[in-house]
Amino acid sequence: MIDPFGSLVAPFVEFGFMRRALAGCLALSVSAPPVGVFLTLRRMSLMSDAMSHAILPGAAAGFLVAGLSLPAMTLGGLVAGLAVALLAGAVTRVTTVREDANLAAFYLISLAGGVLLVSLRGSQIDLMHFLFGSVLALDDAALWLLGGISTLTLVALAVIYRPLVMECVDPLFLRTVSRSGGPVHLAFLALVVINLVGGFQALGTLLAVGLMLLPAVAARFWARDLGGLIPVSMLIAALASVSGLSLSYQYDLPSGPAIVLAAGALYLASMLAGPRGGLLRRLIRPRHLEA
Amino acid sequence: MSSGSQIQDPIRLVGLTLGYDRHPAIHHLDGTVRAGDLLALVGPNGAGKSTLLKGMAGEIPCLDGRIERSAAVAYMPQADEIDRSFPLSVLDLAGMGLWRRAGAWRSLIRQRGAVEAALAAVGLAGFEARPIGTLSGGQFRRALFARLILQDCSVILLDEPFTGIDNRTVDDLLVLIRTWHAEGRTIVAALHDLAQVRAHFPATLLLAREPIAWGPTARVLTSENLARARNLSEAWDEGAPICAGPRAEAAHDHAAHDHGTHGHHHHEDAA
Repeated sequence: MIDPFGSLVAPFVEFGFMRRALAGCLALSVSAPPVGVFLTLRRMSLMSDAMSHAILPGAAAGFLVAGLSLPAMTLGGLVAGLAVALLAGAVTRVTTVREDANLAAFYLISLAGGVLLVSLRGSQIDLMHFLFGSVLALDDAALWLLGGISTLTLVALAVIYRPLVMECVDPLFLRTVSRSGGPVHLAFLALVVINLVGGFQALGTLLAVGLMLLPAVAARFWARDLGGLIPVSMLIAALASVSGLSLSYQYDLPSGPAIVLAAGALYLASMLAGPRGGLLRRLIRPRHLEA
Repeated sequence: MSSGSQIQDPIRLVGLTLGYDRHPAIHHLDGTVRAGDLLALVGPNGAGKSTLLKGMAGEIPCLDGRIERSAAVAYMPQADEIDRSFPLSVLDLAGMGLWRRAGAWRSLIRQRGAVEAALAAVGLAGFEARPIGTLSGGQFRRALFARLILQDCSVILLDEPFTGIDNRTVDDLLVLIRTWHAEGRTIVAALHDLAQVRAHFPATLLLAREPIAWGPTARVLTSENLARARNLSEAWDEGAPICAGPRAEAAHDHAAHDHGTHGHHHHEDAA
């Protein structure tokens, strides 16, 4: 504790598994927060929570078939997540019930199925692995997966950025000038799902949402437009990853929750001190302008 | 009647029935919006003005008949679905109008001058960097008109564009509409202010689910026609029988005739 910088860096210098964990979390820190920024702006923050639960049965099915196998569980999670997203979207289009309600219905079915599957076979330890991830045991395949997801997310966001923003702001207008609204919406849902599956590798299903949403919400207190929100959210996620991993090493804490709690602390700090609507700014009100 | 020579008509309505859940809000409407028309849609609430505009914009499917469109259409809805809390600048909102030219990927940097000019044309010069959430209702409407300018469509549909807007803004926007008209664009606007319609719109379609009259404004907005429109029942009759077809052929002929013979005459003094 005499040299805080050294103690922050030392575990990553000394141990390969810490460097792997850091690489995986940083890959996730670049891709999940921008997705989270769009989710919060569309007032769909809780949708990612629902989706993270929806992934569970797919991963559980993969686990039942192949044991703790990364490809099987990833594929299962992707299939289940995309199926729930597509079904909810399709039912919304053909009935009058709103999308969030449909999503809630499907994810609850999916979650219950997942818990049932996990409890059919597998011990308590397997369940803990499921729920809280295994960031300190990332192998090469998991790192490639996280890197691939990160790359794909950034490329896809760049490709659909303009119609996605238009779909968020004025879906009716986008409908009158273009047919890209539907495909863009689905592509965005797919990005949510693959990032949650990636986060589920590192942090577990329950906490995967944390790295997606907490930095995105925290960024709202620092930046005003998308050009600022996205990089700030990435920076906050990276900070949370480094400090969370470092703390978990020093105090022997589970790493997934440590990272998300670090992100939570950064959110609380932003809420207090952020220049855009932060609490301190509200307490110390400068006199209003003349015009 | 206009036929053969008028292939360029931007919008033709053929036996059009539009509605929701099988209940018609527009019933068996025939007619043609011709290139360069400045047409007001008038009628009581529930008369089907918004429904007709939605149909023309392609937002809702036809229950019966069809709408033939031969030109790109710009549409400003009555209740927009715009999320005003979204962190977007006025420049970006207006810039959406460039979609047809820029698509999803082309750079907008070189178009910046055009967007600024459009904002200046609606009196929003200097507002480029303002977040859309900080605009007043009238300013926001002006920004949407800037977007319409940038869409540069030959047909413009406006659904109650002046609701809740102060007189100065209305006057400014009417000037803009008149400019569009002078440029030969086709404009269809749903309106409630009859004085405004009489002053600025050469042609009017008076709707009350059925077309009451379609033609030169002065001949349409008679007290007799308006009284007929007011007597429309707005009730949504759950037990309504299935419609057997156009009920009053005579009325349709009359409307079409009116439109065909007097339209030209009126266009001349509209300028």
